[in-house]
Amino acid sequence: MKADVSRISYRPKLWLAASAAGALIVLALLPPLIGLYQTQLLTYGLIAAIAALGFNLLLGYTGPLSFGHSAFFGIGAYSVAFLLRDAGIHSMELYILIGLPISALASALFGYICVRHTRIFFGILTLALSQVVYSLALKLFWITGGTDGLRVPRPTLLAGTLSFTGAGAFQRFIDAYYYYVLVVFAICVVVMWVIVHSPFGKALQAIRDNETRAAFLGLRIRRFRWMSFLISGTFTGLAGILWAPLNGLTTPDVLYWTFSGEIVFTALLGGFRNFTGPIVGGIVFTYLKTYAVATTEYWQLLLGVVLVLLVMLLPTGIVGAISVAGKKLGLRGNPP
Amino acid sequence: MSILIIQILNSLFYASVLFLIAAGLSLIFGVMRIVNMAHGTFYAVGAFTAAWLVARAVALGVPTIWTFLLIPLGAVVVALIGVVIEPLLLRPFYRRAEEYQLLVTFGLLLILEDVIRLVWGGLPLSADPVMDLLPSIHIGGLIYPGYNLVVITVGAVAALLLWAVIYRTKFGVMLRATSQDRRMASALGINVGLVYVAAFAIGCFMAGLGGAIIVPTQAAVLGMGIDALVLAFVVVVIGGLGSLQGALVGALIVSFVRTAGIQFFPEMELAVLYLIAAVVLLVKPTGLFGSV
Repeated sequence: MKADVSRISYRPKLWLAASAAGALIVLALLPPLIGLYQTQLLTYGLIAAIAALGFNLLLGYTGPLSFGHSAFFGIGAYSVAFLLRDAGIHSMELYILIGLPISALASALFGYICVRHTRIFFGILTLALSQVVYSLALKLFWITGGTDGLRVPRPTLLAGTLSFTGAGAFQRFIDAYYYYVLVVFAICVVVMWVIVHSPFGKALQAIRDNETRAAFLGLRIRRFRWMSFLISGTFTGLAGILWAPLNGLTTPDVLYWTFSGEIVFTALLGGFRNFTGPIVGGIVFTYLKTYAVATTEYWQLLLGVVLVLLVMLLPTGIVGAISVAGKKLGLRGNPP
Repeated sequence: MSILIIQILNSLFYASVLFLIAAGLSLIFGVMRIVNMAHGTFYAVGAFTAAWLVARAVALGVPTIWTFLLIPLGAVVVALIGVVIEPLLLRPFYRRAEEYQLLVTFGLLLILEDVIRLVWGGLPLSADPVMDLLPSIHIGGLIYPGYNLVVITVGAVAALLLWAVIYRTKFGVMLRATSQDRRMASALGINVGLVYVAAFAIGCFMAGLGGAIIVPTQAAVLGMGIDALVLAFVVVVIGGLGSLQGALVGALIVSFVRTAGIQFFPEMELAVLYLIAAVVLLVKPTGLFGSV
């Protein structure tokens, strides 16, 4: 712990802020260069990154592996669809403002039940609860539309100043929405950075590393796990809220447990033992899946092989491997 | 009254298939401490193999009476797949963290699901001839397929056999010793690697058998394994991971609740099952019979 504190001195922080700002500027300059389709794909990637970022607070920083995060993503997406259909709301800001508390409430409820368990039982319990939500979305078709799902047309952005109808609406929407998601993404990254480097975040890591020792230090393990679960689920819910208008449709597929598996995959791909891993994982996974689906009918097979190879050969993920390689070359690795 | 009897038979039918899947899952966890996410997919492979074999045999003009013998072959094929997969994929992970074990079996699930599609295509496969082989029986004016009684019998026999193997044979003692303390068992001269392969193969065989015997009554379709896995999870969570009695009781509970659910509250049927699992985990985390 002591070593950690001294490492976060003034200079690396400045260096970090500069590199983060650099990455943000690159992301902001990209759309005109890469065209409409790539911009849309990158937006999906950023959204996946937000989901994985939230997921990783639980797996990477607190310890338990959730196999039910699809529930929060789906609840976020479906709350947008419901707000649109039943309350006639078209404003993205209102979706976020109302959807976030709903996701938080759902995560608080699920977390309250799930944090009583650890290890494999935690995984199965999260899976079972997310399946409850899935089966309700599937079976209560007069409310949720069943397997058809619910349509989510393009919302207005920035309190109604930007609306998208008429000719070329799709292109204008993607261009604007990319920056919208990018801003939300940047805020999420900053908030998550602050959380994991706060005393609260350090407490979570202490629990992850040694539960008994953390308990002896006077930390209320279950309370901390619950808080972590709550924040984690809310972030993933926000990703769902952002995803629904981009996708234009929300179906029970995003609630099914295999989608939770994809979120886990994402975090692992980037590397869940460091902060930037899930972000890289979210973007890379989106591209990987898109190209796998485009090139072969058997994209699941491809993803499965990648996952198995990853777990066998590269358990620290892309970012983990890069930072190890960096250290070996005597360069400075990515900050943890 | 006769409707009640039929519903009970339906529940038992469903329970015996679920037991076969869940007992395999539980056995693998009990011995190897791995939760096999691809287990449901093994069940699907068993179903597809059996259906394909039966269809081939019928096409080649084999008398339908012989196709009966092809059903267990589906299970054997799955067991063989298990024998290959355990040393190749799972063995490197016993010393690794639980997350990695879950993920590697999840990767296996993704791969096998597509292998099924690659080998048998996306269309449903069925093995109706086997079903039509047996006469229907009459229960108070209602007709019930005789084949379903065979499935119930297979489930019951499998439960008895498994119990006998685990508690009444030398191999069973080795199995239980390994599951309790792997290093001690190894020190006492038990070939732990062999026990692991055997346990995994038996677990796979049972999942495959579950798929193979259900396929004459309902077609094998893509995604059947993924659905079955979650139900098997519910069963082992209720009964207790790693417990044989637990798998049996859990399968019975799930089947009866599900039959009642389809009758009285069809929309909530699945949700109720998952909620039961959640409640059991909350009240008794190790399940009704578990001791993990």
